Amino acid sequence: MSLQLKNVLKTYREPDGNVLTVLDVENFQIGAAEQVVLVGASGGGKTSLLNVISGISTPDQGSVTVDGTEITRLPEVARDRFRAERIGFVFQTFNLLPAFSALENVLLGMSFSGRRVDTKRAKELLDRVGLGHRITHRPPQLSVGEQQRVAVARALANRPKLLLADEPTANVDVRNQNLILDLIREACAESKVSLLMVTHSADVASRFERVDRLENFNRAAGASR
Amino acid sequence: MNLFSIAGKSIRQRFLSSSLTGLSVALGVMLMVAVLVIYGIMDRVFNQQAVGYQLIIGPKGSDMQLVLNTIYRVGAPLQNLPYLYYEELKKDPRIGVAIPVCLGDTTQQGGFPIVGTTEEYFFNEYAPGREFTLRGKQFSESFDAIIGSQVHLTNGWDEGTEFRLVHGGAESHVHDEKFTVKGVLAPTGTPNDKTVFIHLNGFYAISGHDAPIREAVKRWHEFSGQPTNDAAIDAATAEWRKKCGINEADEEEEKHAEKGAPHHHHHHGACDIQKEVTAILVNMKGDSMTAAAMFSGEMKRGHKVQAVNPIMPMQRLMSDILGNVRTVLVVMTTLIIIVSGVGIFVSIYNSMSDRKREIAIMRALGAQRRTVFAIILAESILLCFGGGIVGILLGHGLVFGAAPIVQQQTGILISPFAFEPIELVLLPALIALASIVGVVPGLAAYRTDVARALAD
Repeated sequence: MSLQLKNVLKTYREPDGNVLTVLDVENFQIGAAEQVVLVGASGGGKTSLLNVISGISTPDQGSVTVDGTEITRLPEVARDRFRAERIGFVFQTFNLLPAFSALENVLLGMSFSGRRVDTKRAKELLDRVGLGHRITHRPPQLSVGEQQRVAVARALANRPKLLLADEPTANVDVRNQNLILDLIREACAESKVSLLMVTHSADVASRFERVDRLENFNRAAGASR
Repeated sequence: MNLFSIAGKSIRQRFLSSSLTGLSVALGVMLMVAVLVIYGIMDRVFNQQAVGYQLIIGPKGSDMQLVLNTIYRVGAPLQNLPYLYYEELKKDPRIGVAIPVCLGDTTQQGGFPIVGTTEEYFFNEYAPGREFTLRGKQFSESFDAIIGSQVHLTNGWDEGTEFRLVHGGAESHVHDEKFTVKGVLAPTGTPNDKTVFIHLNGFYAISGHDAPIREAVKRWHEFSGQPTNDAAIDAATAEWRKKCGINEADEEEEKHAEKGAPHHHHHHGACDIQKEVTAILVNMKGDSMTAAAMFSGEMKRGHKVQAVNPIMPMQRLMSDILGNVRTVLVVMTTLIIIVSGVGIFVSIYNSMSDRKREIAIMRALGAQRRTVFAIILAESILLCFGGGIVGILLGHGLVFGAAPIVQQQTGILISPFAFEPIELVLLPALIALASIVGVVPGLAAYRTDVARALAD
């Protein structure tokens, strides 16, 4: 089992004092090297779910287990370290650091893991995503498709066990959408990385064998942002 | 990638604002370094290392004026001492070296101070362990001159150049007598570089540098405590006239000449009673400090002269006036640096709202809170430290650039590579300042709400 959420409840206190439940998940699992796409309406709690899984935020109750480690029991420092080492993240808006070259963006992900920074691997990964010739370019000098490919390389840099992708193709054109989707899926398959991709695109979802609808397992769906 | 290279990237990304804040630190540090180095140089110029004499003997009056005038050739001389006193002093068994100096005139070209002295002046070290190097010849004739290096450079004078003197004081009267440069001194980094030395005999031979004989006799009697009634003065005057072979007619003629009639040369060699010296430079036998102190004390009890350790008034000047000036300048430059530090704080703090997302991305990639705190702190340290290094280089560059100008203007030889040990404190102090100003923005980074910042 690569990911398991059990009885996870996440609430926010709104400015008016009301308590808003965004996640209420009894059970959600992803197997090792499994690729899952999660679809749901906007405001269904997808981002909150990814934050809880990655340990960026903690649930009010319940447990999240990633690659055999119950991260909800870890203190924040250990969760950060765990995230750096075992979880890859691809964001909708790429979230590359503009001052850093493509290579440095990949190395940056490595430098927070506590492991040795492996420039050779970073270059190989950029080569793998088809950017071997643009490693010194900074994000503003790259097309959006290229930027997202750098983000994919960065997410895979620390050999994660779980890759979280939050609408990774929402901001790219159709050609790049297919390219990036294939790239993520192939790279995860090659490295036996479990993949959880969030999307609202039926087209993207149609390519996955397992498609989960958020409202099917999140009892709070529809209530949150 | 370490913290500093990550911080460096961030500085580069905001290059203009970063370089301006770094520059403000650099300018503050530059001023601080310049103040420290220049004060250090002044301190050395005015301290023990700069003067090769234990005592300056001159008439009673301000010791500072005596030293400033005699050693640094600044300001007007005090009254003069009778030459006969110098002759007497030389015979004192405790005295090792006694060199007479006469000041007051300047060169017509360039206005360099004239010092009438004996060749002994150049045999004595001008500062402990430092001897004059002379190109050319020593004094041999009355109208021989030796010039300092700056006089050589500024006036273009060299061996064989002839020049005239301007009488000191209110009226600018050009003396008729021509002097000839015989030798040029190597640079010493002391006021000697800006001085023209003439033979003492030449100085006395200049018309107007000897007092009328009766007046001189009276003055000597007053000085040495001999009877000053008319009869005694008349008798002594007659005796001196005889001794020096001067008749009254000569003197009358001289008086007329003084009153504006065409000068005619009368180098009869002034009579010793008529001669005066401005000051006497003294070293005790064996350079004994105790003997110098005792001698100085003895002179203090008398009425006529003072024997001043040249260091004392200079140190007083340094500590009382220049020391305070330095303190004020150091405080001001410290404030400038602190203001620059505040500038760094403002610059980083203002950038924090733009960088919330950047920080959130790093945190999402696994950076810990303390890591992002340290990155911001590192940025502040890099700006302060970088600014500090640039400032130190600029400060020394300033001294380096100013050294030849200062030397030309003042004769003070500044080593372009002069370094003050206190500068070593600057960089650690800047790091401390950077740490203080970096804490608040660092804490903002530390507290960044990752989920919210990523969602924005």
